Amino acid sequence: MNHSSNMATLRLFLGAVLSLLLILSAAAQDKPAAPAVYAITHAKLITLAGSPIDDGTVVIKEGKIAAIGAEVGVPAGAQVIDAKGLQVYPGLFDPITQMGLSEIGAVSATVDTSETGPINPDVVAATAVFPSSEHIPVTRASGITEVLAVPGSGGFDSFGGRGLLAGQASAIHMAGWTIDEMQIKRSVAMVINWPTINTQSFDFTTFSRKQKPFSEAKADYEKQVNQLTEVLESARHYAQAMGHGGPSDFERDVKLESLVPVVRGQLPVLVFADRARDIRNAVEYCDKHKLHMILAGGEEAYKVKDLLRSKDVPVILRPVLTDVGEDDTPYDRLMTQPAELVAAGVKIAFGSFDNSFARRLGQNAANAIAHGLSPEDGLKAVTLYPAQIFGLSDQLGTLQVGKTANIIVTNGDPLEITTDVKYLFIRGELTSLENRQHRLYEKYLNRPKSEACQCAVPEMPNKLKDGPKPSGLLSNTKPN
Amino acid sequence: MRVHSMFRVSLCAAVLIGAVSLRAPAAPPPPDAPPVILIQNATVLTVTKGTIEHGSVLIKDGKIAEVGAGVKAPSGAQVIDGTGMFVTPGIIDCHSHIAVDGSVNEGSISVSSIANIAEVLDSDDISIYRDLAGGVTTANVLHGSANSIGGQTIVIKLRWGQPAAKLPFEGAMPGIKFALGENPKRSNFSIPGREKRYPASRMGVEETIRAAFTEARDYKNAWDAYNKKVAAGEKNLIPPRRDLRLDPLVEVLEGKRYVHSHCYREDEILMLLRVAKEFGFKVRTLQHVLEGYKVADEIAAAGTGASTFSDWWAYKVEAYDAIPYNAAIMTRRGVLVSINSDDAEEATHLNQEAAKTMHYGGLTHDEALKLVTINPAIQLGIDKRVGSIEVGKDADLVIYNHDPLSAYAVVQKTLIDGRVYFDRQKDIAARADLEKEKKALLEKEKKSSKKDDKKDADAKKPSDKPAEKKPDATKPEEKKKPEDMPMMPSADAATNMSSVTGGAR
Repeated sequence: MNHSSNMATLRLFLGAVLSLLLILSAAAQDKPAAPAVYAITHAKLITLAGSPIDDGTVVIKEGKIAAIGAEVGVPAGAQVIDAKGLQVYPGLFDPITQMGLSEIGAVSATVDTSETGPINPDVVAATAVFPSSEHIPVTRASGITEVLAVPGSGGFDSFGGRGLLAGQASAIHMAGWTIDEMQIKRSVAMVINWPTINTQSFDFTTFSRKQKPFSEAKADYEKQVNQLTEVLESARHYAQAMGHGGPSDFERDVKLESLVPVVRGQLPVLVFADRARDIRNAVEYCDKHKLHMILAGGEEAYKVKDLLRSKDVPVILRPVLTDVGEDDTPYDRLMTQPAELVAAGVKIAFGSFDNSFARRLGQNAANAIAHGLSPEDGLKAVTLYPAQIFGLSDQLGTLQVGKTANIIVTNGDPLEITTDVKYLFIRGELTSLENRQHRLYEKYLNRPKSEACQCAVPEMPNKLKDGPKPSGLLSNTKPN
Repeated sequence: MRVHSMFRVSLCAAVLIGAVSLRAPAAPPPPDAPPVILIQNATVLTVTKGTIEHGSVLIKDGKIAEVGAGVKAPSGAQVIDGTGMFVTPGIIDCHSHIAVDGSVNEGSISVSSIANIAEVLDSDDISIYRDLAGGVTTANVLHGSANSIGGQTIVIKLRWGQPAAKLPFEGAMPGIKFALGENPKRSNFSIPGREKRYPASRMGVEETIRAAFTEARDYKNAWDAYNKKVAAGEKNLIPPRRDLRLDPLVEVLEGKRYVHSHCYREDEILMLLRVAKEFGFKVRTLQHVLEGYKVADEIAAAGTGASTFSDWWAYKVEAYDAIPYNAAIMTRRGVLVSINSDDAEEATHLNQEAAKTMHYGGLTHDEALKLVTINPAIQLGIDKRVGSIEVGKDADLVIYNHDPLSAYAVVQKTLIDGRVYFDRQKDIAARADLEKEKKALLEKEKKSSKKDDKKDADAKKPSDKPAEKKPDATKPEEKKKPEDMPMMPSADAATNMSSVTGGAR
């Protein structure tokens, strides 16, 4: 993309595209689209609610799964997809992303992932999700049908300043003309970035690494925890006041108001923590303050697995394809952890914690399976389990009658790298697998052969006569 | 002038003691003759000579001695049962920053050719072992991308446990890193209070390279003239002034040093190819080259290799047109392509990253595997020694429990020069003992620090040191080091804070 292109031309071009889109959408609006009825037939159905059905049919009607099974008939007028040789799964669910909140990591103008300042419980991801983000169709093509857009969750090339109370995560479908169409649930969790005792930091003004004594780092940590406690205490009083009368009785405070469902235990807190000590502190804190906790990150969750199980804290694990922390940690520690947590009775799900790498969600689950997680748990950890953890399993996560029809039809294991998604349904609509990357592929695959090439280089002018001759010695072949 | 410190940034003593004695699960092989090994009854993916079901590979003197279906074990040979296993050549990573002590960027100047990665190799870097555990046997260790013309680079073998002097790939052509686009023009980078560095545009990047090679050409001519006079027997000549910055560029002009250039956009790719033509040198590889698919014909015509990512995109503007079909299009258009990591963690699953080209663009199984074996070997000029399973080549091999072009494949053993440098079973078996040893060391450290504190207290005033010496407190917060800031994948990215270290991608 030529970013230095003439702005006027660009505007003209965009204008033309917009008018075309308007005409097209107007045409589409002429006859309001009746929700189509689909029947996927002769497929292997992996419902995740009972054993797979080898040759079955799924009927999709009004956005939902209307019927599913081996003996299901095709309704009259249904669009039939013959899926012989193919498999049907619930769409994948990525529970931690910055989907729609960030377009190009390095360009801050395109990034809306976190607010400034530590206390922002009132901000909601759905507000800033850009429905036209190119990341949405790109990610969708890998079979991901719904995600959580999570404020303050970092992401690739994201640094610092994620906030203590970072805002509310929103569950969204990976398709829709507007956020209203995309939204599954506007607020599914309150994000807390658990403070950590950090003895090292980087100082931009002096451009150097700074080391502080443990005692000082601990004091900083405690200050942040106290800040959190203070806000939550205020929210508790606020909730009581609200319970006793209308807003006329007291001054409205939107930040505290947004925390009322949290202190009432109605909205879970999604707590980001990786080190064992931080996780332990967070779990004990949430237990003491009666917060419904979901752990995010959990690199060292295995060290506190019994605590997590006993307090019933589920974990959204960051990708197993992440650098292992310390030098003396086993190289496959993150790969083997999922199996270990499941064996200990901890509920897990996998998240990408990213945007442009969200499509690696399945790959991560597969790597965990290769290191001991059962294939069933691996698949459920990117479908049913995240839905359960965020209270959405009545709508999503399995193929069952009445659930939202977020469905993928594949030619194999959806977690395997080489598998193709053949059809994808979101809210019962057959949804395009096309995207920007595929369009660029088609365009340049079909570029006419370049005739005038200015770049061919003559043979090396200096053939080596004497001295060391490393070039030819080891190579049989020139690059071309 | 040494631009890199030869000394390691000191870590906390306790951690250092722990790390050095604990982190090497595989004992370094003894320096005696490599054993005779027969890998038996495996699926052998030779890469250049097809696939042999129920095949065997015989290893002698560090080399591949026989490959085939009916190879018999010589007496005294160590036999590895490969039933159900897959054997491939060692993975070759054409863009790595492992085993480098400290920053990979000398970012203060725009032509940092004086800096040399070979001088700062760190054989203790745990990434060597972890990449080995991911099947990597050879890596092209590059300088960062902060400069239009960056530092000198070196190809290494991942001989974990050997001293730094044993890491370099013997006889492999040295290289030099170039970089185009956002990183050398510092688009996503600034130090408060410091003036902008030239170049600040893609135009300036071209002129920086052109100016440097103009100088290098003059410098070379001066030396050539001098050497000619010396050869003719002239006496009392004054040699031209030696310039350590230009020496590596003269080597490029003479074909003695490969150019590995970081690049993203189509226009800058063609720019570099034109400048190279102007000065009569070849660009050996274009690195990242995320828009290579747009100018694949031109790259092919220039005889230049392309080494790219599998599916990274959108982390900066010049990566917005990146597509996972890049490798496939370039391959179809006749470019020699490899898939690289640029990141210690990414390198541990390059086999999986190569597999993505089967999904995106429909490369065959053979073509995909070549992207991380024989193709990077050719790009690095070492394909006579490595990159495929052929008689006479180095016995650099990986044994997987599954087809390596899958997310379910786990490396069981990695061999270099016929020695087992990584063995998954041994690694797992050693863990309990290592854990015990770690605990003992920490206890010892706790006791000795208590004693020290007591001594301090006895001697003078009380201090608050006990709190600081808790083992937890001394854990390095590695995620907070600027080099490691991005959580996934971890190494130094090109933007914002990571660019403090100059940026690599």
